[in-house]
This record gives sequence, structure tokens and C-alpha cells, in this order.
Amino acid sequence: MSVAVLGVGMHPWGKWGRSFVSYGVHAARAALADAGVPWTDVDLVVGGETVRNGYAGYVAGATFAQALGWNGARVATSYAACATGAQALDTARARILAGLCEVALVVGADTTPKGFLAPNAGERWDDPDWLRFRLLGMTNPAYFAMYARRRMDLHGATPEDFARVKVKNARHGLANPNARYRKQVSVEDVLVSAVVSDPLHLLDICATSDGAAAVVLTSLDYARRHGSASPVRVAAVSTVTPAFPNTVLDMPMLSTDSAGVVGAPERTFKESIAHAAYEEAGIGPEDVGLAEVYDLSTALELDWMEDLGLCKPGEAEALLRAGDTTIGGRIPVNPSGGLACFGEAVPAQALAQVCEVTWQLRGQAEGRQVEGARVGVTANQGLFGHGSSVVLSV
Amino acid sequence: MATTPVIEGWFTTGPDPALVGSQCTTCGNVAFPPTAPQGFCRNPACDGEEFEDVKLSRHGTVWSYTDAQYQPPPPYVAADPFEPFALAAVELPEGLVVLGQVTEGYGVQHLHVGAEVELVVEELDPGHTIWRWKPVVELGEEAEQ
Ligand SMILES: [Zn+2]
Repeated sequence: MSVAVLGVGMHPWGKWGRSFVSYGVHAARAALADAGVPWTDVDLVVGGETVRNGYAGYVAGATFAQALGWNGARVATSYAACATGAQALDTARARILAGLCEVALVVGADTTPKGFLAPNAGERWDDPDWLRFRLLGMTNPAYFAMYARRRMDLHGATPEDFARVKVKNARHGLANPNARYRKQVSVEDVLVSAVVSDPLHLLDICATSDGAAAVVLTSLDYARRHGSASPVRVAAVSTVTPAFPNTVLDMPMLSTDSAGVVGAPERTFKESIAHAAYEEAGIGPEDVGLAEVYDLSTALELDWMEDLGLCKPGEAEALLRAGDTTIGGRIPVNPSGGLACFGEAVPAQALAQVCEVTWQLRGQAEGRQVEGARVGVTANQGLFGHGSSVVLSV
Repeated sequence: MATTPVIEGWFTTGPDPALVGSQCTTCGNVAFPPTAPQGFCRNPACDGEEFEDVKLSRHGTVWSYTDAQYQPPPPYVAADPFEPFALAAVELPEGLVVLGQVTEGYGVQHLHVGAEVELVVEELDPGHTIWRWKPVVELGEEAEQ
């Protein structure tokens, strides 16, 4: 059971000073043009909700539909923090597979303030996201830094290894027209940038950006009728929650579950996200030709390589050092340049990963093409137990 | 000025302060922060809704650690001028990991994964106390501080 990715599109990421609606419409029109599908054919619009700069309850799906011109399509809106785009994609896929619609437009877009992401003003003593700042000054980079420090103490990773991830991703993104940062960076550049949260430097941590991405999903039958006999297909969308006990400390929580009653889980949350995607696609990590993972920090990319089963725990540094994760290597990771080159635009980024993998599988990733890949996997994780992994194949 | 816990009911003060967790009376699962009065047990195999306060162990081992070298945004109440501080996630014998700032005077150079730490209560901002993790230093190592 699969659906076709008939069109993909983005608005270039950066700081543009416009509204998330204009970015989203730009990306949507690009995806529709790529698919060769008129907007009036779309019978479902799924929007990724923006909470921070819109406001909770903003009906993002309908906002994009109005901006494109009301066409009477069904509408849905998804919120899943950083996994928002993938969950929106999953909603579209499910309705197509159920035979309830044929052509779905999935859009995610946001504007993001400079600096640390922080909760909205006000006092909310029962909100974990507010409390972690109020009680501990615990920022997002502090969580990323704890994962990085654990890699150093347990696996012997070094700050130079983390910097090498940035160097690689910066090189990958040089020719990507949608990337915000297109500049080669050296290990030295990373290591001399200010330390934000030990051991992570400013250049180890992704920036915040404006950005948008959109995907046109259709039934395979519709794709065929429109002359696309072998489109890129969605082979799996994993949006699993953690399973009790969640024993890896997770943003924005102050603690983990206790393993005292039922013991340690078989898989961590991030491992289970990938595992569910592979199960659904009926493949294993050995079938994957490229991966787009959530490099909020350089060190987090190394964690994801292991969580995705691309190597064993503690071996990611060795792959990186050997050049295996570079374009041309055994398993290129973040050929788009990743968040290192894009920055975060929360409701858009899981869709941006799908756009990149689609271009790669079609052989259209000019200047950053991974040759011969037939299967690509994405991964990301967001606040409050949201995560996603999408498998695409040709 | 009176100094009160920054949040009520999460930790005790005095000479041997402790974090206060909630133990499910049905399955025995322990949770921190303490479960709200109308809360639910986190164990999916348990529908317990009644809990007892339990003092968590005052000693644990470091799961990981870092610091804040840039001033966190509000609602954090930062000292002026801002002083960087360390943070530790600490694994307790009850089988859970709890975050906390690290005691004043200690930084990442005093920590490693697996190191032993002890719970203390210190001033967070004027008028408020908070729990913190203090490295347990072997006799003779104090001189390095
Ligand atoms: Zn229970």
C-alpha cells in the first residue's frame, strides 16, 4: 500500500521578514507546478500548525487554502512539534489509502525569532516547557549538549568529530538553492566559535529560520492517469509515541519515566521511531541509500545514525571520519545540508526532508546528488513525545 | 527576605533535603515531578489514580551534564551580570533520571558520566530556593576546588 509523491516544493529558508502564509503559498505553488496538478484538482489540504508565531488554534490548513483561493477541498491541520510535517503527510496518506481523496496538498511554513526558542510570556506552573526555563534555565541546546557530552564520555567522541559533521553538511549544502547558509566551514571555524552549552559551539547548533515546504500526494491511480508511471512513493510514515518507560531524558521534560516497575525498554524512543518505519516499509537499514536526519546539533546527527540502524551504537564517529556519510560515501547523511544549512522552521522541516529525498530519488538534486539511491529515510523528533520517520522509495 | 521553594511540594528543605516523588498505590511506579492530585499513573498497564508522596534518594549518578554559557531567556530569572552555571541529569536508584542545576562553584570539569552526586537545596533567585546536584568529592580531592 503506497501513495505517490507527485510534486514537491519549498520556499528558500532564511530570514525574510514576511508572514508564514506567503512562504507556505510559495512552497505549495512550487509543489503543484512540480506535480503538474492544478490547485482546483486538490481535494484535501493538510496544514502544519504554527503555534509560536501564529497562535495555538490557528487553523493553518484553512489559512493556506484561503490564500490559494477557496476551492472547496477538505481540510485538516496537524500539530506535532518538529514532527508536524510528517504527521500532516500521514493524514493525507491515510485519506488517500482509504479512498476518501485522490490529490492532497500538504504544507508547512513558519517564521522564527532569532536566538533561543522560548515559551510565550505568562506564568504557567503546570506547563513543563515553561517550567524547564523557570526552574533550571534549561534551553534546547542544553538538552542537545547533554546528548553530545554522553557520546564523548561513553564513546570517545571529540569536539572535532562534532565539527566534522558541520563541515560535511556545509559542503553538502553549498549548491542547494533552498539552503540559507551556503558557505564552506572548517573544523577550526566551529571550534573557535563561542561555546553555548559545553561541549557544543555556536556552529554546532542549528539556527532558527523562516521557511516552507510542500508536498503533493496522490493515489497511484491518479499519478498513472497523469502520466507518472513510476513516481517516488511513500513506503512508510512512522509517528509513534514513546513506550513506557521512556528512559532517555527528552525535551522539555525535567525527568524520565522510572524503569523500576517494568525494567528498561527494548528500544529507546528514537530507535522505535525508525524501527516502526522499517517494519511498515518492509525493509531494513541495509536497504537505505541516503538519510535526512534531524541535525539540531552536529552531535545529534551521530545519534540518529545509530538510532536509524545505519551503524552500531558508538560507531557513528568512525563512519563520519571514514567519509562514509559524505555524498559519494557508503550512506550519505543529510545530502541537503541538513538543518546546519537550513535552520529550523518547525512545521516545515519534516516536509523539507521529504522534498529532498524525493529530488534525490528522482536524480534531480543538482550539485548534491547521491548516485543510485532507491530508498531514502528521514528522521526527526519534537517536544512532548512527537517523532517521525518517513521512508520513500522508487 | 523569606526564602521559599520556587515550586511547592517538589522538594523538602532542611539538613537532608530530598526530592518528593509520587508512588502509584496500585503498581508502585515512582514519578517525579510529583503527580498532580488528579493525575494518572504513567504505566500503561495501570489505571491507578492514587499516589503517595515518597522522598527520592539523595544520591545518584550522573547520566549526562552540560552548562549554560549564554543567559537563558525568560522565564528564567538570571543574576545580573549573568553567571554561567552547570546542569546535570542524574540517575537515581528508583530507576529514573532527574535534571537539576549543579551547585555553585562546580562546573563541567568536575563532572563525568557515572560520577556520584548528592542533592542539596540552594538559592535560585532572590526569595526562592531550588534543588541542585552537588558532586561528591573524594577525600583529598577538595584541594582541587
Ligand atoms: Zn500505577
